[in-house]
Amino acid sequence: MTDVNINFAYLDERTKRMIRRAILKAVAIPGYQVPFGSREMPLPYGWGTGGIQVTAAVIGPKDVLKVIDQGSDDTVNAVNIRRFFERTTGVVTTTRTRQATLIQTRHRIPEAPLAEGQVLVYQVPVPEPMQRLEPRETVTRTLHGLAEYGLMHVKLYEDIARYGHIATTYDYPVLVNGRYVMSPSPIPKFDNPKMHMNPALQLFGAGREKRIYAVPPYTAVESLGFEDHPFEVQRWDAACALCGATHSFLDEVITDDSGTRMHVCSDSDYCQSRQQSPATPAPQLEEVA
Amino acid sequence: MYVAVKGGEAAILHSYRLLAEQRRGDTAIPELSVQQIREQLKLAVDRVMTEGSVYDPELAALAIKQASGDLVEAIFLLRAYRATLPRLGASVPLDTARMQLDRRISATFKDLPGGQVLGPTYDYTQRLLDFSLLANGGGAARESAAPATPADTPALTPRVVDLLNRESLIETRPMPPGDPAPVDLTREPLRFPAARATRLQNLARGDEGFLLAMAYSTQRGYSHSHPFVGEIRFGSVALEIEPEELGFAISIGDMEITECEMVNQFAGSKTEPPQFTRGYGLAFGHSERKAMAMSLVDRALRADELGEAVESPAQMQEFVLSHSDSLEASGFVQHLKLPHYVDFQAELELVRRMRAAPLQRDDE
Repeated sequence: MTDVNINFAYLDERTKRMIRRAILKAVAIPGYQVPFGSREMPLPYGWGTGGIQVTAAVIGPKDVLKVIDQGSDDTVNAVNIRRFFERTTGVVTTTRTRQATLIQTRHRIPEAPLAEGQVLVYQVPVPEPMQRLEPRETVTRTLHGLAEYGLMHVKLYEDIARYGHIATTYDYPVLVNGRYVMSPSPIPKFDNPKMHMNPALQLFGAGREKRIYAVPPYTAVESLGFEDHPFEVQRWDAACALCGATHSFLDEVITDDSGTRMHVCSDSDYCQSRQQSPATPAPQLEEVA
Repeated sequence: MYVAVKGGEAAILHSYRLLAEQRRGDTAIPELSVQQIREQLKLAVDRVMTEGSVYDPELAALAIKQASGDLVEAIFLLRAYRATLPRLGASVPLDTARMQLDRRISATFKDLPGGQVLGPTYDYTQRLLDFSLLANGGGAARESAAPATPADTPALTPRVVDLLNRESLIETRPMPPGDPAPVDLTREPLRFPAARATRLQNLARGDEGFLLAMAYSTQRGYSHSHPFVGEIRFGSVALEIEPEELGFAISIGDMEITECEMVNQFAGSKTEPPQFTRGYGLAFGHSERKAMAMSLVDRALRADELGEAVESPAQMQEFVLSHSDSLEASGFVQHLKLPHYVDFQAELELVRRMRAAPLQRDDE
């Protein structure tokens, strides 16, 4: 059911063109934050307005859309954004990663490998990876221009000095195409390796901060680290209690008043496909390795 | 046993219904009409129009009703409505010297051409609850209000700053070379350093509470600017456009605005003699607190341009302009309500690992 009073995908065509131009520039300069004239969307800033604007600018009537939040299609924010596009575009939606042509995500990359032709749209709260180290945008812009990333390396080094390891677990900074340090958005660092040489187009939208950036297909994405303290991802001792997966990102769920816990896949589609057919191949991470 | 979280859509639809019930309240009480809000909650309507950047009292009143009186939410509704409206043109600059004044005060001169007009103001009310309003009465002051005579408000009332200007005691309006069209902040992202026109645009849309606190900080030692209210005026002004094919300006209607010109001391610099400088505030409708706060913050933000040391938050463009917008602030603060299971899981694992590490060391 689409609303006849609202343009396809809500935004007017001129705004979509403006956003597409920003996306093209972002694709041409992987990892570079392109400022764009972010609009006030009917959903609040900080709730995915950047991702929504990117999706609205690239979606077509034949697209099949999947929306996830925390890896799941069923969390209220994912449901709300999916309803928004169902209402304004009438496109087919799916929960299946493989069937989707366009996936909007918050905080996760799906476990199932993405393919050429798919587009992954990330919702980004803070596009500037150095913002917590240097809040002035005029300064960080210069640092990016000079590829001067000492600040970030010092931060990671201080972690090692203090804790013996790098204490960043999500939104772990990456170097894109050997040039720009980029925020992967607050995905767990577990997902970082999936960005590297991914066949899909990865687009990042930050509505409140008014920036768009991109990782084109088959682009090198390297998580920052040191020779003696290389980047590493989280591991669990447990397996998913529902599908038995041992290589997926697991959420901990508290099941009773005494704090009993179980682990389940954060990617609900991946978990359900495995429950339906246990032969589902292992996640992308292993294939890459 | 854990059940996968399903039914988000049903929950959302259910929350819509509960929200509608909460908004309506007791159905035994007559429903509030948009007209009533527009006419009787004028100052709320004015604030929503100002920060919502749409001059439309009816839509602002509708937004207030829909938002159950939450003004920041109402501003959000109005902004989202305006986001996709086409831009048909730009007006010619407002001539506020030609305002029909309902109120005009100056704190710098006892009397001045055009006179002081107190007009509608809470300033000299004694803040005692008026229980006659509770008893459905019209309020005590209603009958005693004297009708304003047309002679009170001549058609042309010169601005105080223009009077000071004749003596060259105050800076003239610095116009950038070529008078370039201002950036439209609703169409282009804010970039730093921002020109004054851009800053004023940001402040005009900025949250009243935030600007008030910022302005207040300049009075308490964080970049003091010795301010005086040169003039505050509230009234109606003609809005004119000049279509290219026409070649002259035509009025498309009147709008109510509040304008504040703050006059600030300036000790002079190597190139400028000592003189008064200015801070400017403008808001839709009757919004004096907003216009005054805006003018103080505008002046503080001119530190760079006037060669003053930038030391306090109110003088820092990035600090003020990046945090002034209630939509951005409210959205990002409240997004913490959204699920963060994944990030929290990652942190949980890290904290457990960090706590386990010292124990292992002790064992060794």
